[in-house]
Amino acid sequence: MTVPTRPTRPSSPTSHTGHTGPPTTDAPTARPGPASVTARAVITTAAGPGGATRLETLRSDPPLTLRQTGPGLVHLVSTAAGPLGGDRLELRIEVAPGTSLEVRSVASTLVLPGSSPGDSWMVIDAQVGAGASLRFSPEPTVLAAGCSHRMAVRLWLEEDASAFWREEIVFGRHGERPGRCRARFDVTVAGRPLLRQELVVGDPSTDRSPAVYGDARCVGSTLVAGPAWTSPAVPDGKAERRATVGDGWAALPLAGPGVLASALASDTVELRARLERAESLAALHPSPAPQRAETPAALHPSPAP
Amino acid sequence: MHGRSPGDAAMLLLADSRLPAGGHAHSGGAEEAVRLGAITGPDDLARFLRGRLATAGLVTAALAAAACELGTATAPRTARNECGPNTAPPATDEADVDGADADGADADGADASRPHAGETGGEGPRASRPDAQGAADGGEWVQRWRQLDAEADARTASPAQREASRTQGRLLIRTARGIWPSAILDTLTAAIPEGAHHPVAVGAAAASAGCDPYQAALAAAYNAVTGPATAAVRLLGLDPVTVHRLLADLAPALNDAAHAACASLMDAVVTEPVPRDSAARDSATPRVAGWQSLPGHCAPALDLLAEGHQNNPMKLFVS
Repeated sequence: MTVPTRPTRPSSPTSHTGHTGPPTTDAPTARPGPASVTARAVITTAAGPGGATRLETLRSDPPLTLRQTGPGLVHLVSTAAGPLGGDRLELRIEVAPGTSLEVRSVASTLVLPGSSPGDSWMVIDAQVGAGASLRFSPEPTVLAAGCSHRMAVRLWLEEDASAFWREEIVFGRHGERPGRCRARFDVTVAGRPLLRQELVVGDPSTDRSPAVYGDARCVGSTLVAGPAWTSPAVPDGKAERRATVGDGWAALPLAGPGVLASALASDTVELRARLERAESLAALHPSPAPQRAETPAALHPSPAP
Repeated sequence: MHGRSPGDAAMLLLADSRLPAGGHAHSGGAEEAVRLGAITGPDDLARFLRGRLATAGLVTAALAAAACELGTATAPRTARNECGPNTAPPATDEADVDGADADGADADGADASRPHAGETGGEGPRASRPDAQGAADGGEWVQRWRQLDAEADARTASPAQREASRTQGRLLIRTARGIWPSAILDTLTAAIPEGAHHPVAVGAAAASAGCDPYQAALAAAYNAVTGPATAAVRLLGLDPVTVHRLLADLAPALNDAAHAACASLMDAVVTEPVPRDSAARDSATPRVAGWQSLPGHCAPALDLLAEGHQNNPMKLFVS
């Protein structure tokens, strides 16, 4: 797993280099310590000639550095290790109606404890306009021992917007106990809640619990959402679409227009394989025929009551 | 502290596993965990229960507290805070009779999870009957119940869990309408005829019974662990005393979960509409108060267990 080394850090939160946007004076930050970083990066698209997608804004703010690597494709390039404790990194994404954007990252993110007190924060706000699509598939976030990390992702979809949003969290580097992390994911479609979930890692009540992560060392989920996944009928508690389950993964049709691919695994390679399996089945769910279980339940004898 | 909480006794009734609302038929993922060998004894079970409480239990508690608060806000003021043996307002005497009917019909069905043919038809007129005050606010409250139920949907990624939750919610509301008939439950039934999510039903039943949101949260959190614990006793033949010892160990965490659930409500302003359009969304960017900020702690293993369980043809429990 490649992890960039951390170069010289900016001496103050506002002394960024390569900052092309307005100063970030209105950041609602909780007074980061002197060694911590506040960064706000922005990606916005606009409809170009002939319906093509044009990147209207691509504003890097180290350590959140953005590079256009193709048409409608942006890579996040970490120009410093971290985030560290006290850092607050914000990424705003606006996908204009009718355009499409894909965001990836070149390497996994290693979250480390810092010399400053307080949590490290990664906040992503993404808006996807009517008929637009966004694909967000960064490399995993690794929670190094001792870190205290918060993630908040807010994804707003217009009525017929589409999104593919992947998130993978690794519980510590090899052989390491993870630090603490809370990752909140809020998704609305035309103002209605589609998915709200929060993962907590490094809490003694959830770690190793057979109800939460079991023996897994990493967790991943991918939301696939859009008009194609609109529930065929009126909401009916007795007519839920069926999930597809496999070993350590599931494709879970949501109550709203989307499917959540979910996976647990012992390492990142297995996690990605399971997640991609679930994603591929999630992509099939618009078909009217209900999915059958890929791995039929073993016919174990039922335990005696 | 004596006599401070008139809803205490009602909360005991609501949380009691003997409440005829079908809760005993659900293991909350425990049966599948036992089948897969993820729970083999008291130690695994303790970790299972603690993790379940910290995730699904907390979310359930928060939704129940929100539903109780909403229900209490919808109830006519005269109907509340009466310390008599029956907190039902006089106006619902008629509904009491209907409730008894529904209860009787329930008892007829061997499988209580199967909806009765006449049920849906019978609820229309009943739901439209609430007193003039209720009718005036009806549309707004109906909308609010649907919004809260949608928040429960968004926090339940697994379709098997949503189905189990609605099945339990439908049964609880039917039972509660017989025990604590109220305009609250009538409105909720009219708002979500297919069956509200279980925590929403728990909160509405709690409000009808005269409980406060904390009591609703505590009852919901309690049920979130006692159901699986009892199921594990049956499935693994564990010593019931040992398992109840585990539950006793969880008591402080149960209190904490109920407190956290109510604390999360402090941000939720029920009397203000949730922004729905794009224009309102901009103002929502720095996290506005509301149900959207209620806990959403998820348990990926429970999701997988719930779906795996549904594919098990030999299952003993519904979920």
